[in-house]
Amino acid sequence: MDEQLIFRYEIDGSNFTSAGEASVSVKKKLRQLGFAPEIIRRVSIAMYEGEINMVIHAHGGKAEVVVKNDRIEIILDDHGPGIPNIDLAMQEGFSTAPDNIRSLGFGAGMGLPNMKRYTDTMAIQTELGVGTRITMTVNI
Amino acid sequence: MNVNELASTLNCEILSLPDGERLVENIYTGDLLSWVMGRAESGCAWITIMTNVNVCAVASLVDAACVIIAENAEISDEIIAIASVKGVNMLRSCASVYELCVSIHEKANL
Repeated sequence: MDEQLIFRYEIDGSNFTSAGEASVSVKKKLRQLGFAPEIIRRVSIAMYEGEINMVIHAHGGKAEVVVKNDRIEIILDDHGPGIPNIDLAMQEGFSTAPDNIRSLGFGAGMGLPNMKRYTDTMAIQTELGVGTRITMTVNI
Repeated sequence: MNVNELASTLNCEILSLPDGERLVENIYTGDLLSWVMGRAESGCAWITIMTNVNVCAVASLVDAACVIIAENAEISDEIIAIASVKGVNMLRSCASVYELCVSIHEKANL
């Protein structure tokens, strides 16, 4: 059986400015575990984009990071509105973020594409009105 | 060139400098944070006019060597304090993004 470490986080959906705390915490832990900087960068950026998405669209959610022997898994769960058209959401530049989010420098339509860009696998399970689960892996 | 030398070369105001010895390996400029996260490389000096708290998180996550706030864009003391706590080097200049890029190219050979 694989040895694994699990880190769990609650993402606060009411506070946009604190978004990123979980990602920064994961970054620190991975650094303490001695992972290569590029692996840490990929995991923490993918997770940060997920966190931001959960704050913008889903009033927060839960994040779990599992460190396995050969890979790091990031599982993001929310009870938001779901994604009506995943193909469209995956296109760079497509965004449904409101103007106040854009003024903070987000909402460029790069969140999901960045999550895919920085991970080795990414799967989206979504149901309208129920929520979204995104599972990503980064091979070590 | 390290961040100390870059700050001195560009005559930048130093807002936060927890690691002035950090090597600047490349330059990136942009204000859309997700775009920056998708494209900026580790070790970059990231030039931006964006000054909200998420800039600290993005700089930390992309592992930027430093952030250079262009055009003396206003930034709160609270965010400067967060940059310092997160180990983010943050400089500020009255020059525009374009002028900074030209100066860096001419003086720092990056």
